[in-house]
This record gives sequence, structure tokens and C-alpha cells, in this order.
Amino acid sequence: MRLLNASGCLDALTAPEVARELDAFVTKTVTPQPREGNEPVRIAETDVGMLNAIGLANPGIERFVAQTLPQLAGLGVPIWVSVGGFSTGDYAETCERLDGEEIAAIELNLSCPNVDEVPESISETVAAARAATTKPLYAKLSPAVADLAETARAAEAAGADGLSLVNTIRGLALDERTLRPVLARGVGGLSGPALRPVALASVHACRRATDLPIVGMGGVATGRHVLELLAAGARDVALGTVLFADPGAPGRIRAELEGELAALGFANPDNVVGLAHSADRSTLDSKSRVDAEKDLHTGLNVAG
Amino acid sequence: MLKREAHSVSGVEAVGPYTLLRVERRGLEAGNPGQFFMLEAAGRLLPRPMSLCLATAGELGFLVDPVGPGTRALCSLSCGDRLAILGPLGKGFRLDVVRPLLVGGGIGIAPLPYLSERLGGPPAVLGFRSPWHAEAAVLVPNAEVVVEPTYVTEALPSGHDVLACGPAPMLEAIRRLVPDAQLAWEAPMACGYGACWGCAVRLDGQLKRLCVEGPVLDAAA
Repeated sequence: MRLLNASGCLDALTAPEVARELDAFVTKTVTPQPREGNEPVRIAETDVGMLNAIGLANPGIERFVAQTLPQLAGLGVPIWVSVGGFSTGDYAETCERLDGEEIAAIELNLSCPNVDEVPESISETVAAARAATTKPLYAKLSPAVADLAETARAAEAAGADGLSLVNTIRGLALDERTLRPVLARGVGGLSGPALRPVALASVHACRRATDLPIVGMGGVATGRHVLELLAAGARDVALGTVLFADPGAPGRIRAELEGELAALGFANPDNVVGLAHSADRSTLDSKSRVDAEKDLHTGLNVAG
Repeated sequence: MLKREAHSVSGVEAVGPYTLLRVERRGLEAGNPGQFFMLEAAGRLLPRPMSLCLATAGELGFLVDPVGPGTRALCSLSCGDRLAILGPLGKGFRLDVVRPLLVGGGIGIAPLPYLSERLGGPPAVLGFRSPWHAEAAVLVPNAEVVVEPTYVTEALPSGHDVLACGPAPMLEAIRRLVPDAQLAWEAPMACGYGACWGCAVRLDGQLKRLCVEGPVLDAAA
């Protein structure tokens, strides 16, 4: 299990000590051309999460490769580059530009809720990116589709090496006094606690639908949340909104996860991956200190 | 280095409509006047950015205006309650000024008491919307106070190095009158340390992060 950040939730150059606590750093989405992003106001807190409408602000691929990547290389952390665009050609062009760079993976942002233009089809976009690079390709998908499992299968068939689940979903916040939208763009991407059950369901569905490794994300704030995403089928987990409130979250969550694993008798987080799909309830790993004959959930001693 | 630790509330007092929240310092750096801290707001997902109002050997003080759920939660704290604090963050006021004049509007006076202390009690001009709000002027020494409909820009003496904090229209007016002023701005922030890009403001024609480039900016920027 690797711990990453969700794209757009950490700047490794302004907070290198936070990035170094991760197993890989995922960049903010890069597009072929520079983008200023949306006008302020760009964020709003709600009772169940936060909304953002940053709008893919980035320096463009040329300046990113020339200026940002060399600085990121100095971190000593594997770099995943999030790639975005408004046509399959945009994705292919950016992936091709990155193909010769020292990066660990490319994550295709196929689902930004904060731009109006959307790529034609996930299948075509992944295929175009696949043809443009030999780097591992993760497809980041939105849960706001009719059949996410079908989308995941399409990404797999088109050559994706993994899935990042999930991106934010659209939400709206109204001002307490004026009753007008808080965000200048109106709607924004909802992240945080409200997204967590959605992420769990998405990871669960895609684990059944494909064999692709999954980076699970969405509302993770504790070690227990990591454990549940692993059980649903994620192989790795990314932290998003929690980093805003607590830059110490990676270290804290790892420690909490250790405690959760020990309490349930798992020697290794990788042994939890996909457990939610197992009909067999005696699923503790071989190094478990816990009696596998006991049903942990009901407290019943099956053997007795 | 980002340092976020829990601190105990040591005082909560009303100052006009505002609340002066004091926390035990316990090794927390005060930073430069105009820098800010992210304060955990109980029951809310995101912390709230607050500039430092007072610094003593044992306490740091923050002046809070209860305008939303987060600031209301902060104003509802009691002595002994604990809250996580991250900071100091951002860039504060430059203190290499010859004839400082502090200018504050409303809750924008928050960083001025600490700034005044560090500058040896320079003159100040403070503007408020009502006499009740103006009760907070007691926190800033050597202050001339104006109340709406009079604005601070009508009471500004010339020939000073202006250091100002207040609502955006006030700062825009000062920017036009005093091109070399230092202005402390405000924007919604999720993180306060450059991660979220939520606090973008337009500087030199570009959208930049206020938490990284500011919150204190030169008026010409």
C-alpha cells in the first residue's frame, strides 16, 4: 500500500516536508497551454465537505517540464504527473512530452468538474494517451456516471494500467445572507467526508469489474478510512481535503492505520486489499495474532 | 517548517461585536505582524485563517468576528478548550519603515495591536461602521477613530509610511491615495500553506496565491 496525495491537494514546492511523507507525489493537473484557472471565489466549505472550482490553473506543459519538474526531482519522491485537456489530442500531446521525463506515472484527469469542455470519450482519450507514452497510465474517473464499472472496463480495454477513484462530484453552495452561489463559477467539485461512501462504492464496483490496480481516494481523514478503501479493493490510497486542514495527516494516518491493522490482526495492509469481496469470513492473514475462528464482527466464536 | 499543534484557550473576551481569543503560547512562534495562523474551528472541516493580534510571553491573541459557522465556533470556545493551530504563515508587514501610520477598518484592525507594539506605538487611524464596533479601538494605542459615514481615507495625514488592513474597498481607496502603502488583504483559504489554490487574487495581472505571496502586499502590486 502506497500513500499518495490527490492531485491538486498539495504543492510539493511550497510544502516539501509534507510531500516527503508520501510514497509518491501527484502534481496538479497539467494541460498543453498555460491556464489561469477560474476567477475567485474558488472554494467554499459546506456542512459535509468542501467545494472547489480552481479550474485547472497550471503553467502549461512546456514551462512545467522546463521549470517545475526539475525542482520536483529534487524532492526524492516518485512523481506522478496529472494530465488534463480538452481533446484527445491534448492528452496525447502532453503524455508524449512527458514520455522521456523522469516520472513514475501519468494520471489522466478525465473528470475535472470545473471546466466546461470535456474530452470526447474516455476510451478514445486513454487509447490516445496509451499510444503516446510507455509510462504507467492511471485513469482518474468521476463517480457521477450511470455505470462506473463499464467506464472502468473501457479504460482497461483502451490500455490504462490503473484507476484513480474518485474525482470530486459537482456541488453548489449558497451564501448565508445573499442566497447567491458562493463560488464565482457557481458549482464546484465536492470533496471531503461526503465523498467517502461514494469513493468506497466506486472502488468496490471497479474492483469487481476489472483487474486494474486502484488508487482509492475521497474523504480519507483517518487510518480507518484507509483500511476501508483497501478492503473495498484499492491497492493504494490518496489523501485530498484532509491535507488542507492538517499537513501532518500522512504521518498521523499511517500511525492510525498501523493501529487498525494490529487491532484486527493484520500483519500487512496489502493483505486487506479486496477483503470486502470475500465470502469467506475467516480472512485474517497467516501472521495474525487473532484467532481466525472467531468472527470479529459479531463476536461469536464460530468454532465453539 | 509547518508546525500544527493543539493549544489551550486561556482567555475569551468580548471587544465590541468581536471576540478576543487568547491561547497558551507554549513554544508557538509569533512571527511577523501581518502573518497569520490557521485555527481549528470545532465541528468544521476546514480551519480559519486569523492574523495575530497580540503576543505576550505566555499567550497569543486573535481578534475574531463571528460572521460564519467557523468564526462562530471560534468565538464559542471556553477557557481550557483545545484547538489545533498551524503557523505563522505567509508574508507579514515590512517593518523597515521611517514614519509608520497604521490604518485599520473594522475587523481589519486585528493585526494592528501586534504591529503597533513591534513599531513602538506609531499613530493609527481606525474606521468602524458603528460606535459598538469602534469599542475595539481600545486595542490600538495612539489611534484616531472615525465612524461611518466618515471613512479613514478622509482622516489620512500625508507624509507617512502607511500599513493598512481592512475591507477590500478601503484598501483599494488607500492604494489610489498612497501608492507605496503596505496592504494586508483577505481571501477564503482552505489550507493557508499553498496547497489548495483557493485564495487566488489578481497581482500584476496574474492570479496568485494570497497565502504564499501575501497576505501583506505592496499597494503597487
